Amino acid sequence: MVEFLTFRDGEAAQEPAVTVESFTGQSNSTAVRIEAGEDARELLPYLDRLSLVEVNFPAYGDGRGYSAARILREAGYQGELRAVGDVLVDQLVAMRRCGFDSFRPDKALDDAAVERALNRYADVYQKTVDGRSPVWAKRHPESIYG
Amino acid sequence: MYRYDSYDQSIVDARVEEFRDQVQRRLAGQLTEDQFKPLRLMNGLYLQLHAYMLRVAIPYGTLSAKQMRKLGEIARKYDKGYGHFTTRTNLQYNWIKLADAPDILAELATVEMHAIQTSGNCIRNISSDQYAGVAADEVTDPRPWAELLRQWSTFHPEFTYLPRKFKIAVIAAEEDRAAMRLHDIGLKLISRDGQIGAEVYAGGGMGRTPMVAPLINEFVTEDEIVPYLEACLRVYNRYGRRDNKYKARIKILVHELGVEEYKRQVEEEFAHMRTLGLNPPREELARIRPFFANPAYEQGLSEDIDRSDPAFALWVDRQVAAHKQPGYAIVNISLKPRGGIPGDASAEQIELVADLAERYSLDELRVTHAQNLVLPHVKKADLYVIWQKLDEAGLAEANLDLIGDIIACPGLDYCSLANARSIPLAQKLSERFADAGRQKELGELKVKISGCINACGHHHAGHIGVLGVDRKGVENFQLSLGGSGAQDAAVGQITGPGFSEDGVVDAIEKVTDLYLAERQEGERFLDTYRRLGMKPFKEAIYG
Amino acid sequence: MKILTGNDLGTGDVIWWAGDGWSRQVGESVDVGDRGDEMARAEEAALRVVAPYVIDATVTDEGVRPAHIKDRIRALGPTVRPDLTLKPNDADAGNWVI
Repeated sequence: MVEFLTFRDGEAAQEPAVTVESFTGQSNSTAVRIEAGEDARELLPYLDRLSLVEVNFPAYGDGRGYSAARILREAGYQGELRAVGDVLVDQLVAMRRCGFDSFRPDKALDDAAVERALNRYADVYQKTVDGRSPVWAKRHPESIYG
Repeated sequence: MYRYDSYDQSIVDARVEEFRDQVQRRLAGQLTEDQFKPLRLMNGLYLQLHAYMLRVAIPYGTLSAKQMRKLGEIARKYDKGYGHFTTRTNLQYNWIKLADAPDILAELATVEMHAIQTSGNCIRNISSDQYAGVAADEVTDPRPWAELLRQWSTFHPEFTYLPRKFKIAVIAAEEDRAAMRLHDIGLKLISRDGQIGAEVYAGGGMGRTPMVAPLINEFVTEDEIVPYLEACLRVYNRYGRRDNKYKARIKILVHELGVEEYKRQVEEEFAHMRTLGLNPPREELARIRPFFANPAYEQGLSEDIDRSDPAFALWVDRQVAAHKQPGYAIVNISLKPRGGIPGDASAEQIELVADLAERYSLDELRVTHAQNLVLPHVKKADLYVIWQKLDEAGLAEANLDLIGDIIACPGLDYCSLANARSIPLAQKLSERFADAGRQKELGELKVKISGCINACGHHHAGHIGVLGVDRKGVENFQLSLGGSGAQDAAVGQITGPGFSEDGVVDAIEKVTDLYLAERQEGERFLDTYRRLGMKPFKEAIYG
Repeated sequence: MKILTGNDLGTGDVIWWAGDGWSRQVGESVDVGDRGDEMARAEEAALRVVAPYVIDATVTDEGVRPAHIKDRIRALGPTVRPDLTLKPNDADAGNWVI
C-alpha cells in the first residue's frame, strides 16, 4: 500500500507545514498548508521562499483544492505541491493535471490501482499546468499554440 | 455530424475500461457502496426505485441513424425494450444490471457514444437548439462550439468536483428553443461587425430556487470562449457554497454576490486566464466545423405538399417547421401520444426513427428538451410516406407545443428522489384535452410537470407548471402559471393551495376556460396571463 | 412492523428480507424488530444487497403493506407500466399503491 506518493526527484520536504495565517503573519517557515476555502493567492508574494505547499481535501467531493493548485502553478510556483486528506486513487490524474506532485492520503492507496489509474488515459483535452500536450495541440502541431 | 478521431475514441474506450475495473472492484467487494457511488454517478449510473438506471449522453441532442439504432438495440438486449428521452436530451434506461453496465458502455463506444458526466457535480452534457444548422433564424450553427465545449469539459481536471452540477447551453438563434437562460451558463452566439462571439448568461436554473440567468458579458469573441468559461467556472469552484447542497448552484453565488461583483471577479480571473494559452487554436474550430456543414441537399425540389388526406394535413400544420433549404422541411416527432408516457420510446419506435433518419433525413436526427424527436432534413415530397410510417408506429400525434405536448419527469413511478407521480397526471391531462380541435383552439400552451422540487420536468418554465409534493404521505400537486423557457424566459407563480391528481386536472381546465373567455386577438395563453395577472385565474380556480 | 428492504447488488432488483434470505415479493417480508440496521450492515457486507433500509409496514388482508407510497411503488413496479409490475395481469394493481 502507498502511504506517500511523490513525483519529485530528491527527498520530500520534511518541515511541518504551518497555517496560511501564521505563514503570512510572520515566520520564516518554508512550508504552508492551505485549507479548503482559503485563498491560494495570498501566498503569491512568497512563492520563492516556499518549498512545500500542502493542500488539504477535507472530503473527496470538495474540489476547491484543484483551483488552489492550479493557481499556484500558474503563478510559477516550482516547489512541492502536496495533496493531503481525503485523496482517492480515482482522483490522482486530475490532481496531477492541476499541478500536484506529491500525495499523502488519509487512507493508503493500493499500488496496482495507482499504477492503472496513472496510465489509463493517453490523451487529455485541456491545457493545464502539467505540461501535457492537449489533443488539440496534437491535432494541429503546426499551430502557434501547439 | 461530428465524427471521433483516434484521440476521441481512445479517451472514450479508456473510460469504458476504467468503469469496467470499478464495477469489478465493486462486485468483488473491494469498493463499498459509499466509495463506488461517486464513481458510478460520474458515468451516469444511478440506483433508482426499481433498479439501476443508466443515463446516456446525447451531446447537443444530435444523433446519427446508426447511433439511434444502437440505442434501440441496447433497450432490447439489456433493458425491458424501451428508453426514456429526458429534458436534458439524454436517454435513460430504467432496468440495468450492474454487471452489464460496462458492456453497454462498450457497445455505446462503438458508435461514438458514452455516459460520461451525465451525473455528478461536474459539467454535464452540453445542450443546444434542436433546429441547429437548419433554422432560418440562426446566425451560425452553434454545434461546432458545443462540440468544442464537449471536449473541453470532458474530464476537466479542475472542474470535476464543483459545488454542484453545471449545465451549459449554446444557441445561435433569436428564438430560444433550448431554455438557454435556465442553464448555469447560457451562450448565445451573435455576430458583431462580421465576427462571431457570445453573449454570456450566468446563474440561471430551476430547482428549488428558480432563476433566469442575467447577462454577464455582451460579447466574448469566439477565440476566448474557453478561457472565459474557465474564469466563470473557477470563480464558482472557489466561492460557490458547499455548506448546503440546495444553495450550491452557481445561481445562488451570482445572486448572493450580485451580478456586478460576480462579473468583476470573472473579469479579473479572465484577464489572468487569457494569458495562459488555454484556448484551442482557430484551426481546431475549423477542423470541427465541416462536420456540421450543410449536407448534400438536392436542388430544384418541389415545394408542393399533397394535403388531400386531412389527418396528414393536420399533422403537417402542427409538426412540420420551415427549413432554410428550399424543398426541405423539419419534422417534429411527438413522443406524447394521447394517454402515453412523455418521452418514452420502445425499441421498435427507436429503430423506426433511426430508419427514417437514414432514409429520409440525410442520416441525422435530434432530441429536444421537450422530450420529442426531430428529423431535420426531410424533403417535402417525402412527408406523406414518413407520416404514414410514424402513424403505424403510434408516433404521428399532432400536438407540438400544444397542451398535449406535456413535459414530465419520470416522477415517483421510477425516481427515488420524487415525491409524487408525474406520468399518471400527464396521462390524465392528455386524456382530458384529447380532442384535437380543442387543443388547436387553445394554441401554444406548454405544460410541464415535475415530481419533486428538483424540477427535472421544468415546471417553473411551464406556461402551466405542476409540482408534485408529498403531503403527509399523500401525493399533492401545486399549480403555477406564467413561466417560460423561451426567449421571454420567466419563472411561473404558484396559484395557491395544492390539489389532488384529479383536482389539478380540473383546475387546469378552469384556467384554460378563463383564457378562452378572456383572450384578445392573437394572444397565446401566456400573453393573456401576462396581461391579466394571477388574480382572475386564482378566482376561477378557487373562487 | 419493521421490514428490511434494499436492492440486489448485481441486478438492482427490489428485494425484501424474508427471514432466511431475500425475496422479490413484499408479501414475504418478516418483522425484523429492532435488528434491521444490524442485519442490513451484515447483508451489505456480504454483497447480497445495496442501499438497504428499514421501513414501517402493516399487515392487511392483502398482505404486508409498506407505510409509504414510495415503498409501495417499489414493491409493485411502475404504476404506469402494469406489464412490468409484479402483477402484470392485474390492470388495477396500481390502485394498491395509493
